Parts: sequence; structure tokens; C-alpha cells
Amino acid sequence: MKCQLCDSPATIHLTDTVQNKKREVHLCRPCAEAQNLIKAQELNLPAILQTFLGEQVGQQMEEFAALKCPECGIRYMEFRSRGRLGCPHDYTVFRTGLLPLLHRIHRAERHEGKVPRCHPPGHGLAEVSELRRQLQAAVEEERYEEAARLRDLLREREARDEL
Amino acid sequence: MNFEQLTSSCGEWLRGTGPESDIVISTRIRLARNLASFPFTNRASGFQKAEIESHLRERIGKIDLNPRLAYLNLPNLSTLDRQMLVERQLISRELALADGPRGVAVGSLETVSLMILEEDHLRMQVMHSGLALDTCWQEIDRIDDLVEQKVSYAFSEEYGYLTACPTNVGTGMRASVMLHLPALEYTKHLDKVFRALQKINLAVRGLYGEGSRASGHFYQISNQVTLGKNEPTILAEISGVIPQIINYERQARQSWVRDNRQGLNDKIARAYGTLCSATMMTSEETMELLSFVRLGIHLGMIEDITIHTVNELFIHTQPAHLQKLIGSPLDGEERNAARARYLRTRLREGGAHPN
Repeated sequence: MKCQLCDSPATIHLTDTVQNKKREVHLCRPCAEAQNLIKAQELNLPAILQTFLGEQVGQQMEEFAALKCPECGIRYMEFRSRGRLGCPHDYTVFRTGLLPLLHRIHRAERHEGKVPRCHPPGHGLAEVSELRRQLQAAVEEERYEEAARLRDLLREREARDEL
Repeated sequence: MNFEQLTSSCGEWLRGTGPESDIVISTRIRLARNLASFPFTNRASGFQKAEIESHLRERIGKIDLNPRLAYLNLPNLSTLDRQMLVERQLISRELALADGPRGVAVGSLETVSLMILEEDHLRMQVMHSGLALDTCWQEIDRIDDLVEQKVSYAFSEEYGYLTACPTNVGTGMRASVMLHLPALEYTKHLDKVFRALQKINLAVRGLYGEGSRASGHFYQISNQVTLGKNEPTILAEISGVIPQIINYERQARQSWVRDNRQGLNDKIARAYGTLCSATMMTSEETMELLSFVRLGIHLGMIEDITIHTVNELFIHTQPAHLQKLIGSPLDGEERNAARARYLRTRLREGGAHPN
């Protein structure tokens, strides 16, 4: 098979499926490197995100571009360009965009391993995370008395969690 | 933790013992974990990072491990000391070079290290000399249980342990086995092996992890997939291929000896000779030459120096260790001269320590 960009033999084959449509790309190593899809034998995740996700989602792009995590404030586009998520909540907020990506990286979309033994998932998280947000805001606005009060409250809350 | 004492010892990953240790240097398993109620490291403010650091430091300090962990506050350490921890594989380059609050808790045997505020809030690793996937897993699994009694991890039933990068989500586990493959590299069979590994989703990296060049013919083989398979399955996939690679390397060594004993003997003798007499030596060249000496010892072609000494030289000639041993900071040229001097002294004394 020949490289789609030049006539050399294709040695890099990328396949992925989005909305039941299969898409294949066949390139030779130099072209794949020139496209920044591979780097020293490793997959370059941000570049793959850029190139493929951008093209695939097409019409959905505008919808995606508007996505923003209410917890940490990261935009979907920022995640796409940097390859790092902003907070645990992003997995929920960016779910539609993440699933095809997880499938491409892991060929799976669901966890099959260890589960925390002590703290059941979701345990008291919302409250603690709300307290933290208030604390952060208080510090930024230099309301230190309020910050101290929130900090004590948080400590107490965390101590209770640990019992 | 006493850095001067650290300098003179070998550390766990170059101890040179354990199963298959002629080819398997070390085994390492790391788990990526994050606190549920904070943004990931890259998105956390300075204030939040300080909170995460103290939150984890206090709780890790309370876990019941024997031997106990020593906590190092990384911003307080000199660049040289941080570099030394990188050379001993106790922290990542990223953590050494990062800004802001961050730290590492290290066990006195150097088999355990818990990094705080790496790409994920917590990166925990257990490392052992030789091929030891099962031992590493049992230990890190237990440490993870102990830490989890004290903190709330970011976890979802659907995606498992949530990580800053989607390449780690799920188990958050990266298991890697470091191999010394001089014969496969020299006989140019390595690419074939690596292509086969990539087909089954195993990654091959250089000595110091992601993006680093393979130096001294050391290669790390690790799992790429972290989602959709449980930990024992992932570990079984790795331990399934390691014996084959060990076997290929042994065969490559044997056929090298059979086809060109004289040439190989000469190559090893020249490597040894250069290390014993050169007056300028880069760290790269040292690794390359020591690698051939290591091979020579295992093939019985060099007898007046032990594997232990070679392993010690691998670590002592790294830039930060060397400067610590010499006792003063040295620039590139001075360092190359000091490295050559150190090697000459050690090797001429038949590997005995100069002190």
C-alpha cells in the first residue's frame, strides 16, 4: 500500500471509528512525521487530537467549541490543543468528545480494574468541592476571615471523611 | 534523607540482582491518582497546589509503611539534588523541572517513591531490581490501599481512576521492565522486536522514560493501554513477552560469539581499555562503553571487574552524581575530564572504591 501523500510504501496505519463511520489513514513514516502524527516511535497525542478529531466531528465542531467545564473552566478546545484535562469533572462534561478518543487510545471505553475499597465513588465530593471553590474565591478576593472560616470547615469535613 | 550517603550507593534499579538480572535491569510499576475535589495539576492555582501538597504530605506521612518514607520538599532542594533523584529514578524529569509546590516521599531502600504534584496529583511507584512484576504489583497495590484510606481519589465507575491525560485513565497503571539489549541492538534485530511489541500495544522507551533516547542499550517495555483491562491482565501481557525478548537477546549474544568471537572480544576489550585510559569522557560515551563491559562480564570475556562495580559506575558517572562525588559543580568540559579521571581510578583499582 502506498502513502496517501507521496508514493513511498505506507508503514503507518491509523484507523478509527466515529458515529459508525470507519476512517483509515495510510502514510509513510516521513510523511507521518512531517504531519507530526508520530514522534520518535511514540504516538503524539495532541497532534492526533488536532488532526483527526477536528476533521471527524465536522458539524459538531461548533457545539464542541462551546463546551466549557463549570468546575475548572477549561474549554474543550483547550483540552484538544494541549492534550491534558483540567479536572476530574471534565470526563463527564466532554464525554461525547472523549469516548472516540478513549476508544482510539485503549480500544475500550469502560474501566475493568481496581475499585477504591474504602471510599465509595462520589462520596461527599460535591460538598467538599463546593467548599474549595468558595475558599479559592475568598483567597483571590482577599477576604481572609472568610477564607479561614472555610478552611476550618473543610478540614473538619475532611477529618470526618477519614473516620 | 542524606544525599551524601545516597551518592555513594547504587540505588535499587542498578542493584544488579533478582531474576534474569543479566538482561532484566529492573521492574517498575506506577499508579496515577488524583484527589477528587481539586483541579488537575496543570489547572491548579499556586494556592491550590500548596493545598494539594500539604493535604497529601500530611496523609502520606501517616500511612503505616516499613521502612518509613522520608519526605523531600522539592522546591527546597538544589537543582543538583533534584537531578540526582532523577538519575536514581526516584522522580521524573518533569517533576524535577516543574515550578511551585511539589514533593516526593521516598522509602529508605529506594524501592518506593510517591511523587506529589506531578502531571497527576499523586504518582506512586514501586521498583525492584531484576524481573519482579508480581512483587511490584503486590507492594504498590497495598500502598494504594493505605493511601486510599486517607484520601478521596477521583474515580468513576465508568472510567476508573481519572487522570489529567486520557492515556492513563482507568487503572492509571504503567508497568515497565527495563532491559539491557546490546546484542539485539548491535545485530539490528531490535526494530523487528519493537514492531512486534507495538502490535500488541506495548510501548518501548529509552532509559529515562518518555521521549528519552535509549542510552547504554537500555530499553523500557511498558503497557500503553490502561482502560478496559484489569491490572492482572495487563501485567500478564507484559510478563508474557519478556521471556521471549530475553530469549532473543540470549540467542543474539550466542550467535554473535559464534560468528565473530574475535571481533566481539576486541570490541569489549577496546571499550574496557578506553574507560581505563581516556582523559575526556561524555556521559553518553560512558554508558555505551560500560554497556559493552557489562556484556563482556556476562559472556566471561572480562573477569577482573564485577557487575556490581559496572552498575555503580553507570550511576556514579551521571552528571549530578559525579558532581556530588567530586564535591563541586563542574561545567561540561571539566565534567568530562573529571568523569574520565573517576573511571580510570575506579577501574585501575580493579573496581575497588577509591575511598
